[in-house]
Amino acid sequence: MKISRDDVNRIAKLARLSLGDAEADAMTKQLDAILEYVVQLQTLDTNGVEPTAQVGDRATPMREDVPAPSLTQEEALCNAPKSAGGGFVVPKTVDVGN
Amino acid sequence: MAVVDLTALSLTDLVAKVKAKEVSAAEVAAAYLARVRALDASIGAYLLVDGEGATAAAKAIDARIAKGEDCGPLAGAPIALKDIFTTAGVKTTCGSKILAGYVPPYDATVVKKLRAAGAVILGKTNMDEFAMGSSTENSAFMPTKNPWDLTRTPGGSSGGSAAAVAADLCAAATGTDTGGSIRQPASVSGVVGMKPTYGRVSRYGMIAFASSLDQGGPLAKTVRDAARLLESMSGHDPLDSTSADRPVPKLEDAATKGVKGLKVGVPKEYFGKGLDPEVESVVRGAIDSLRSAGATISEVSLKHTEYAVATYYIVATAEASSNLARYDGVRYGARVEAGNLTEMYAKTRDAGFGAEVKRRILLGTYVLSAGYYDAYYRKAMQARTLIRRAYESVLADHDVILGPVSPTPAFRLGEKTADPLAMYLSDIYTIAVNLAGLPGISVPAGFSTSGLPIGAQIVGRAWDEETVLRAAGAIEAAAGIASRKPVLNGAA
Repeated sequence: MKISRDDVNRIAKLARLSLGDAEADAMTKQLDAILEYVVQLQTLDTNGVEPTAQVGDRATPMREDVPAPSLTQEEALCNAPKSAGGGFVVPKTVDVGN
Repeated sequence: MAVVDLTALSLTDLVAKVKAKEVSAAEVAAAYLARVRALDASIGAYLLVDGEGATAAAKAIDARIAKGEDCGPLAGAPIALKDIFTTAGVKTTCGSKILAGYVPPYDATVVKKLRAAGAVILGKTNMDEFAMGSSTENSAFMPTKNPWDLTRTPGGSSGGSAAAVAADLCAAATGTDTGGSIRQPASVSGVVGMKPTYGRVSRYGMIAFASSLDQGGPLAKTVRDAARLLESMSGHDPLDSTSADRPVPKLEDAATKGVKGLKVGVPKEYFGKGLDPEVESVVRGAIDSLRSAGATISEVSLKHTEYAVATYYIVATAEASSNLARYDGVRYGARVEAGNLTEMYAKTRDAGFGAEVKRRILLGTYVLSAGYYDAYYRKAMQARTLIRRAYESVLADHDVILGPVSPTPAFRLGEKTADPLAMYLSDIYTIAVNLAGLPGISVPAGFSTSGLPIGAQIVGRAWDEETVLRAAGAIEAAAGIASRKPVLNGAA
């Protein structure tokens, strides 16, 4: 086994996915099969080879720092499931004790 | 006057008629909308048809033409957009329930450019959720059927766009290609599909899957159509820092320039086990047609081909796990309410994402996680370097590389849904091109004995779309099948 059910639960938590039991079982089997396939990369000699993260012309170019119109506050909020007072509304993040 | 079936015309012929005032853009839009109404229930190419918007845009084009204005290279051409491109005021889902109700406040740069070139946007096409899939069966809404055989998939992830072009439900369409998602559906649906060089087309407003691999491109009825659409989509965009600051080349005449003296490399690795004999025979036919047209053909070795799928499924999933972190139920799309923020994230994402998307987020999270980064992600980035160099080495003394697109013709609906790895392996000939960032095209080259279309793939040097289109044009001309259309019940 390349990956265990515990591993899957751990990465699901990191990825903010709440998987059901049956789903976690199925994912474990499928991810294991994929990792069994992917492991063949270990047979490739990459000693001293530079990694490629990006292809294309050049490193991120800089542009002039000039102000320009962007989305309005109204446009930015128009798709929010909940908004109020010009901001996004989310459930409380901190329990205030005592 | 004989009735011309406007929907059967190529985009370039159609635009010529609109510009010559032989037909109005409004008549063209009406003809396409009528055909979509008659046929799309059985195909399922469109997620959304914007009849009102299309009619208004077409009338505006007609008004400008009446005033003697030049409305651009796509004047009055009805175009379908893969539902991954944001459209101001028109729902955009990316094939996912997590974007339920999302109405973008802005147009993608590609959409802006198409409108400026005179295009009439007909609607949004179906796709695998977040472009993750090779059959369009991962759409959260419905599968799309292959117009050549309604029991088969049109490929994916741009399957809705490929089916729409194949069934004459649009004059041409846009797609995106992260590992073959334009070229593979084009091949199995019998249309032309091109992934340009990485950086040629702006990604602004093109919903991200794997940012270092994603490229937008055209799906079209002919090579010339594809070239014209690509020209209109291309160009530097200050809103996408990876878009290339290079002039847009004139591509349209490439299709008829011929291939005399062109050096074509055929990788022996692409003709090994797993390749359907009928696909091999059609691709060998394409090779012969280039030779007859004056190209020089030689067998080459494209090293590390066998590592491409493994490399891709690490790089692409790692990038996806990061990109898809933005779907959190806070700023747009669906939200599942919960008592605290972390629980809301998890419940929203669990309800909003389909199985394939979750699988890739999990795999990507795993290969980036502490203890596995070097063994998987870093290793894959190094393999990517070797794959890129292998292409550079072949293309140093060959103008293009020719091979198959998909190892088989269109597969049946449901055939591969239970086995994710089998689905991944159907991308074996296309994904290395994304890893290397090169331009590639699928051009219809023949049919299987049961009447399923088969494409050939041409890959070229970075920024040399022109030579790729030249080779594609020669294969198209020799195959002589551009006028062969699927037979559809209910067609007028």
